[in-house]
Amino acid sequence: MVYFPKWKIILVVVVCLMGVAYSAPNFLPKSATENLPGWLPSQQVNLGLDLQGGSHLLLEVEVDEVIKQYLEGIGESARAELRTARLRARSLTVVDNSVVITMAKADEVAKAREAVKGIEPGALVSTDGDTITIAPLNTTLVERRQSALQQSVEILRRRIDETGTREPTIQRQGDNRVLVQVPGLKDPDRLKAIIGKTAKLTFQLVDVENSVTDAMERGRVPPGSLLLEATEEDRAMGRQPAYLVKRRVLVSGEDLVDAHQSFEQRTNQPVVSFRLNARGAKKFGEVTTKNVGRPFAIILDKKVISAPVIREPIITGSGQISGSFTVQSAQDLALLLRAGALPAPIKVIEERTVGASLGADSISAGETACIVGMIAVIVFMLFAYGRFGVMADVALFFNLLLILAILSVIQATLTLPGIAGIVLTVGMAVDANVLIFERIREEVRAGRTPLSAIDAGYSRALSTIVDANVTTLIAAILLYAFGSGPVRGFAVTLAIGIATSMFTAIMVTRLMVVTWLRRTRPQELPL
Amino acid sequence: MRLLKLVADETRIPFMRFRKAFITLSMVAVLASIAMVLVKGMNFGIDFQGGILIEVRMPQAADMGKMRKELGGLGLGEVSLQEFGQPSDVLIRIGAQEGDASAQEAAVNAVKGALGEGVDYRRVEFVGPKVSSELLLDGVLAVGAAMVAMLIYIWLRFEWQFGLGAVLALMHDVFLTLGMFSLLGLEFNLSTVAAVLTIAGYSINDTVVVFDRIREDLRRFKSKPVVDLLNESINATLSRTLMTSLTTLVALLALFFLGGEVIRDFSFAMIFGIVVGTYSSICVASPLLLYTNVAARARSAADESTEGTAEAS
Repeated sequence: MVYFPKWKIILVVVVCLMGVAYSAPNFLPKSATENLPGWLPSQQVNLGLDLQGGSHLLLEVEVDEVIKQYLEGIGESARAELRTARLRARSLTVVDNSVVITMAKADEVAKAREAVKGIEPGALVSTDGDTITIAPLNTTLVERRQSALQQSVEILRRRIDETGTREPTIQRQGDNRVLVQVPGLKDPDRLKAIIGKTAKLTFQLVDVENSVTDAMERGRVPPGSLLLEATEEDRAMGRQPAYLVKRRVLVSGEDLVDAHQSFEQRTNQPVVSFRLNARGAKKFGEVTTKNVGRPFAIILDKKVISAPVIREPIITGSGQISGSFTVQSAQDLALLLRAGALPAPIKVIEERTVGASLGADSISAGETACIVGMIAVIVFMLFAYGRFGVMADVALFFNLLLILAILSVIQATLTLPGIAGIVLTVGMAVDANVLIFERIREEVRAGRTPLSAIDAGYSRALSTIVDANVTTLIAAILLYAFGSGPVRGFAVTLAIGIATSMFTAIMVTRLMVVTWLRRTRPQELPL
Repeated sequence: MRLLKLVADETRIPFMRFRKAFITLSMVAVLASIAMVLVKGMNFGIDFQGGILIEVRMPQAADMGKMRKELGGLGLGEVSLQEFGQPSDVLIRIGAQEGDASAQEAAVNAVKGALGEGVDYRRVEFVGPKVSSELLLDGVLAVGAAMVAMLIYIWLRFEWQFGLGAVLALMHDVFLTLGMFSLLGLEFNLSTVAAVLTIAGYSINDTVVVFDRIREDLRRFKSKPVVDLLNESINATLSRTLMTSLTTLVALLALFFLGGEVIRDFSFAMIFGIVVGTYSSICVASPLLLYTNVAARARSAADESTEGTAEAS
């Protein structure tokens, strides 16, 4: 144990120097690291949201809604096919991932089966008595769920990118979740407002033949119409609280090619100007030509934004959406329309937002705790082991640099519990040295010479050190596997700290001890 | 320079003589902790029971009475306030709201409206019921899996008696920590689970060092009575055990006092765990070995292989 081959000495020195080099950028201001020459390491530790401030949002995409819509679509087509074939269905419902049609006459079942057979390729069509069941393949449903989630991720990314946020993280999680992490955010509420909206825009004619009051008060909604609420702003201001609109969709958000916030020329109110693609423009032109003088409703996520009267045919495909907007809300709506609608509604199921001031406080508190803890441990070791304590302290110092260096190089995220992990490591890192030094003391008491005591101390303590550290490492690995967010940060620094502390305690101090031993050849150990 | 020695050289403290007292004391403490947790329960944070947590910094020292009245009148169910570190900082906890995500947002907005202008919202957290039950399950799984994994590792490296003793000592530490959290009503959240797992790792670490020495001595001194041998092994490692616990405690105390309010409970859990863990590895884990006839096993194992002598050379 006291013999050190040359290559090992070089290895230890090189690792320590690399530790210094790769941790160095963390001691410089951010601006200075950008001006470093390319060959120098310049990466700083990646701070977690709890330290730099920001929002962590876990979203659940209601993919079942997509399946429901898909099945309802099949149901609608089936209804249409039956109508064309002049067959009468008594009921048509969506039951457990399939569409069930009950025919009015049992002898029409065979004919009806023929009629609906071709609606959904690959779907299983079966009959039982007077019912027909259309069941799409399970793989189709799974695919639809997955693509809905994938599409949601892309649309969320587009929306968040448009807000000009830097370095957002948007990740799929599991079957129906998306994790959004946005650092350094000034207005988390706006982010949530932008993320949370499905942003499904439709233009539908207002039903002027029937009375809204009737529908609202007596629940009398004609079959071809829908009762929809006005926006919260409008209701709060005492404007018309609900509208009766035709079910048929004239134009939907899918046909939109551009949207931006502008001002109405006459009133100077903020509005959203939009442009439709050729198909949308043609359809919109036809409808507006036929319905001059009638109101149409602009509907976003089942709420009526406004219901302007068509004054003249709109054939250019450009128009304006007016409503109770502020400049900000008009800008947000334009952004949502540009980015597109989400395929399914989204719910925030977990949110953690940390303000920049708390993050900064946590960093400085963490730094102070780290430095004070380290000084205390250094002094303690110095008093307990003298010259050997100094060597352990030097190793402790390199240990900290190595942790920082590794965190910077692998770009692991440092969180507040992560800082706690470093402080804990500072306390525990000297453990290996304590074990060795105590063992050496014992061997000296047993009458060994300094050289053989040191040799025996190192070799006997080694297996203990490995066993003791592996158990802590097991805890760290499981913490990483089961933990989330900040706790994972703790697991990472703890694991790195265990590895580096073993290296510094066993290699770095040993090199120092051995070198000192060779130079001075002491008759007695100062331990 | 005269070096500081925590423990005199060659101590001969007869730990084993008090083993019945230690084990009785520990059993009473563990049972009391379990009873505490069952009767009083844990003060689960929003991580595990869902809800809303808001940390605010008021423009001046917070008038808790006034805030309590204002926020209590919002109809958000149970609202609890706590001064957090300094007089202007307040931690507001609100139970999960009925309804979906927008109901939670409405609750946060209601609080913002009631508190008025000039307030710094340092932290806003909301955990839905589904997520919180998942987090709790993950936490329980993590601690359980860690215990099993450590048991297996010690089993592989030592004999099973050591594994059993180490894991019993570890469970002792975990239960006492949980009991302490229940007793003091400290918030039990994700970071506390991290702390508990670290305590588990530390406790095993400490125990392994003592066990390692016991195993070594069992091989070296084959005819020595086991009680004496355990005493000597514990005494031989006593200085190290206390030294490491102290350096770790010193670092953790720095974290407790200077690391900020957010991780204070976390630091407390670790400090408590390390004190208990040090006690348990000396006074619980080693005496337990006596009851499992570890000596016969370890010594016969040493006879079969020459490992024992190889290590000593």
